[in-house]
Amino acid sequence: MIISKHLLGLEGVSRKEISLILKTAQSFKEVLARPIPKVPTLRGKTIVNLFYESSTRTRFSFELAQKRLSADNLNFTASGSSVAKGETLKDTVRNLEAMKIDMVVIRHPASGAPHFLARHIDASVINAGDGQHEHPTQALLDLMTLQEKRDKIRGLKVALIGDIAHSRVARSNIYGLKTMGAEVAVCGPTTLLPREVEQWDIEIFTRIDDAIRWADVLNVLRLQLERQESGLIPSVREYAARFGITRARLAAARKDILIMHPGPMNRGIEIESDLADSESSVILDQVTNGVAVRMAVLYLKSGGEQVLESTLEAEA
Amino acid sequence: MERLVRGKKAENLLIKGAMLIDPASKLEKRGDILIEKGKIVRLGRIAKAPNGLEVIDARELVVTPGWLDMHVHFRQPGREDEETVESGASAAAAGGFTAACPMPNTTPAADTREVIEFLIEEGKKTLIEVFPIAAATKGRAGKELSEMADLVEAGAVAFSDDGCAIATASLARRAMEYANMFDVPIIEHAEESTLCVSGAMNEGKYSTRLGLAGMPTVAEDIIVARDILLAEYTGAHVHIAHISSAQSIELVRQAKAKGLRVSCEVAPHHFTLTDEAVNDYDTNAKMNPPLRSQRDVEAVLEGLQDGAIDVIATDHAPHSPHEKDVEFAAAPFGIIGLETALGLIITRLVKTGVLSLSEAVAKVTVHPRRILKLPPVTLQEGQFANLTFFSPERRWSVSKNSFYSKCRNSPFIGWELTGKVYGVYNKRQLWINQDF
Repeated sequence: MIISKHLLGLEGVSRKEISLILKTAQSFKEVLARPIPKVPTLRGKTIVNLFYESSTRTRFSFELAQKRLSADNLNFTASGSSVAKGETLKDTVRNLEAMKIDMVVIRHPASGAPHFLARHIDASVINAGDGQHEHPTQALLDLMTLQEKRDKIRGLKVALIGDIAHSRVARSNIYGLKTMGAEVAVCGPTTLLPREVEQWDIEIFTRIDDAIRWADVLNVLRLQLERQESGLIPSVREYAARFGITRARLAAARKDILIMHPGPMNRGIEIESDLADSESSVILDQVTNGVAVRMAVLYLKSGGEQVLESTLEAEA
Repeated sequence: MERLVRGKKAENLLIKGAMLIDPASKLEKRGDILIEKGKIVRLGRIAKAPNGLEVIDARELVVTPGWLDMHVHFRQPGREDEETVESGASAAAAGGFTAACPMPNTTPAADTREVIEFLIEEGKKTLIEVFPIAAATKGRAGKELSEMADLVEAGAVAFSDDGCAIATASLARRAMEYANMFDVPIIEHAEESTLCVSGAMNEGKYSTRLGLAGMPTVAEDIIVARDILLAEYTGAHVHIAHISSAQSIELVRQAKAKGLRVSCEVAPHHFTLTDEAVNDYDTNAKMNPPLRSQRDVEAVLEGLQDGAIDVIATDHAPHSPHEKDVEFAAAPFGIIGLETALGLIITRLVKTGVLSLSEAVAKVTVHPRRILKLPPVTLQEGQFANLTFFSPERRWSVSKNSFYSKCRNSPFIGWELTGKVYGVYNKRQLWINQDF
């Protein structure tokens, strides 16, 4: 069995499993290009989207993926739910499970919340972003985009730029990229690099120009503006001046450098506005691939590994 | 269902063939103890016992002076659902302790004569002695000193704002100066809070991997350094609670070499586990100070060995399951420790050769009593019998259902330990562990 039950993070996920998810996602991307972009694959399955943190693109992406797979879905957001009445996560989920659901997609501000869930329920748990820990489907869609644009991930030099310490996107990317054989670097102010970052055996830059010269791909992370208030950076202005990706800086880069961003962007801070819309940017490809990758994850985690080919062929 | 340790009246008793260990009097030999009217009347070989006397065949057992845990949380007043003096005393006795020092972070805080007297009175109903530690500042709020003179008179044996450090250097200084009038120590929870904002675990390799906010060792070290300097400046006695960082241990070692009145304790989990235990977001691996790195654990073992660390104290911290069974960041800090301490001490320190049995026993008997200026408890003729009985060889499994504490928040459930409590004798009463 290549596919494990849950997707809690990419740490420890095998190369085989990631490859299968990416391959499956390619097939689903073809489905999405059809006139009627919908398959009955998950008909009769019920998926709950638990979003304890505001999110637009990730939630829409998961919801869309579920609709494209004909699953029934329920959406739960923290505001206005029983959470406000003081119900624990455990009770919330026990209640949901009593309603016989098959899968839970969870976004939560606490690192490890999906692991907690997985311990308490029988359904498959998909992590849609937990605190500062992991955001595995984001990294999978990043991998898919790289594979599309550069054919193979092995040997590719990918630099993650910005607030590494607080970024779940960074962690998932580091694990996923390394498993798939890419070289990884991080670049950011020292106050935004986590303690013992060296453990990942990656390149570490604190000068953006060094990272740009090194990289085939820049994955630019969102700067949370509250980092200034909490004393981690002197000012957003200085951050933008030192670490913002601009056309001028890219003069030193290889010509075909790719620019990625998990969104939502702070235009003019971590990335120059028109650069985000330039030919180097693959930011919207990432979004498109997000739906396909999430379809693949939902499908495979619901036990669809074996019947994959036949289902897709029957629908074609 | 709640279980309670209830002593059985045993004015007179003969303990036969035990290994007697009393670090204070350098006693370590096999022998018998004859107890009459609660007092040790004879020690050594007792060939002929008076008729009808209750006899304990102790050939498998070590008998030591009753153990003292100088750092527990009995949650009373305020959280009687989690622990009371009665249930905590049961857990203590079941763990081989005949005395315990409850910390003042209750609701209300133990910062008035009434609360201290209440705790002592509650303790009198149990098999153990309760020596309360009072809050150093009113409400542990770090603003004004508590009424220390009154509190000492009521029976407080030390002062601490445990749960957090005494908030400012100036207040810590005044607390030391004032407490020094009564010759009682300030017990410091060493944590510079501004370095631990929303921290949930040790800062390092694992916090980075798990995406949890860190509590760096330097936050502990800064307060340890501050308090050592203040101890030198004021001449007061500072005791560092639950020391966990290699650097802090080194600071204490240096302070001792300088002849300062500085002492410290370590909790069994800090010599047993590292922060790797948090790996699956197990909230029973969440405590404050947090589990540290392998390097820190090695420093703890070294400190225990060379005497930099004086005391082993459990930081027994019961938490109800519904509060602990939540996302990691939301869970409270702390684990129960009274009933696994002896097993962990034997398994992790004695069997591994870090400490001799006698050295280990000193850290739960004579050392904490000396630090708290309590009357010595020894194995000597004429003394009231206050005894801990255990087998240093017997193996047992820690099970969820074995605890006398009201709570079950232990990372050691399922562990196999060597060293098991047989019973205790105190206040003319005997309790024998039926699960021995």
